[in-house]
Amino acid sequence: MKKLVNDPKNVVTEAVAGFGAAHADLVRVSTDPIYIVRTDAPVAGKVGIVSGGGSGHEPMHGGLVGPGMLDAAVPGAVFTSPTPDPILAATKAVDGGAGVLHIVKNYTGDVLNFETAADLAAADGVEVRSVLVNDDVAVKDSLYTAGRRGVAGTVLVEKIAGAAADRGDDLESVALVAERVIGQVRSMGVALTPCVVPHAGQPSFTLAEDEIEIGIGIHGEPGRERIKLEPADAIVDRLLGPILDDIPFVAGDKVLLFVNGMGGTPQVELYIVFRRAAEVLAERGIEVTRTLVGNFTTALEMQGMSITVLKLDDELTTLWDAPVQTAALRWGR
Amino acid sequence: MNLGVAWAKAWITSSADVMSEHRIELIDLDRNIGDGDHGENMDRGFQAVLAKLEAVPAEASPGDVLKMVATTLISTVGGAAGPLYGTAFLKASIAIAGATDLDGAALVRLLTAARDGIVLRGKAESGDKTMVDAWTPAVDAAGAAHAAGADDLAILQAAADAAEAGALATEPLVARKGRASYLGERAIGHRDPGAQSSALLLRAAADTAALV
Repeated sequence: MKKLVNDPKNVVTEAVAGFGAAHADLVRVSTDPIYIVRTDAPVAGKVGIVSGGGSGHEPMHGGLVGPGMLDAAVPGAVFTSPTPDPILAATKAVDGGAGVLHIVKNYTGDVLNFETAADLAAADGVEVRSVLVNDDVAVKDSLYTAGRRGVAGTVLVEKIAGAAADRGDDLESVALVAERVIGQVRSMGVALTPCVVPHAGQPSFTLAEDEIEIGIGIHGEPGRERIKLEPADAIVDRLLGPILDDIPFVAGDKVLLFVNGMGGTPQVELYIVFRRAAEVLAERGIEVTRTLVGNFTTALEMQGMSITVLKLDDELTTLWDAPVQTAALRWGR
Repeated sequence: MNLGVAWAKAWITSSADVMSEHRIELIDLDRNIGDGDHGENMDRGFQAVLAKLEAVPAEASPGDVLKMVATTLISTVGGAAGPLYGTAFLKASIAIAGATDLDGAALVRLLTAARDGIVLRGKAESGDKTMVDAWTPAVDAAGAAHAAGADDLAILQAAADAAEAGALATEPLVARKGRASYLGERAIGHRDPGAQSSALLLRAAADTAALV
């Protein structure tokens, strides 16, 4: 294993310090407890939006903090949910009197720690609403599992909820918009290689040279099915099928198509994937009206990608187009 | 002899040692069916607990010790294990609040409240391949031993034996809660790391009861 780290125990603190130094125009960083907050927080009268989760998925969530998106991000240890203390501190730091929305990915640790933090915040008089993102269609039978996971669709939820808060929606309305995105966004991913958690020093799972894992989550946890490597187009078809059948997406729908890199896959391959995905959607009569391609929800150095499709309507399109100014997403300002 | 604050402190100190010793084993179990952070998180949490243990005043009760463990684990462990173990120790501390000497009935209350706390937070049932599969047999065995007139040490030994058997019995199960639930049949043959760390904690409770 070769990594650009010092002491593996300091990976998150050093990375967050570097992030704060690099983007001092957008964020300030609290070191104890660790969270990242936009420079002008709290914004009086605006609903605050907080997300967080294990580190290793950068730029999510710290890179999504700034005007038009998140007010604060709370990074935990690598692939480990943050504890309630920093979530509570970040929540208080962004409360401008209009309440705070927690955007939580549906992983057991994230859910339990954010729940505890929301209870503590309520006890301190901060109004908190929580939404759970669960866009991963790879988990088929939610009844017998912890439920569908929250993966790359989270980025779209955060952008659109952020825009709703920015235009002055109240807490209830921002939560409703976020829920609407969650109801209309679906994702599925593939891993070509595992990733190595710095303090573990070994791959989180093993894949033979010619094997890929279909339905991977974003923590290097194995997915549902292991198959032989196939051409890119065949892999795209395997992921898009379950996504499109799920809501379902039908002819005439307008969608945002998002191809997300897992960290170790070059852009050139992501665009090969995008080309095929757009082709399949066109064949089905589904119109791609907005797009996003790049590394946004990563799993350290894992090779692989996920495809996310969000059904758009006029309001969600307007909110997607609204100005945003973060380290990872920036337009309109 | 009933167990008091000396035992509570010895149990927690020993638990910290055990988590360090078994850090890699727990990481490996978790890598098989989860994400490989359980050993690291438990070790970090119990080292933080250890650092605070010295500051616990001499006149503290066993419940005070467990309450400090609870708040420290909640704020240092992260993942699912932090809130789950934190709630377990918090409920246990409430169940024995004020008691300076723990008789058999108090130990059964402690274990039952801890298990109930885990179920409350995690909403897992027996057979879901979680730490509940170590705790529920332990609670049952402790209750049966107490009813049969066993002393404190024998109650904790019965709990530890049952927890170890329960952890072992998670191996053939399909997981229905937590991250292993995404694996379906592929979780079969792997022991649940949370059940294993639970068994380690309960063994430490019994081993230290034999020493004080």
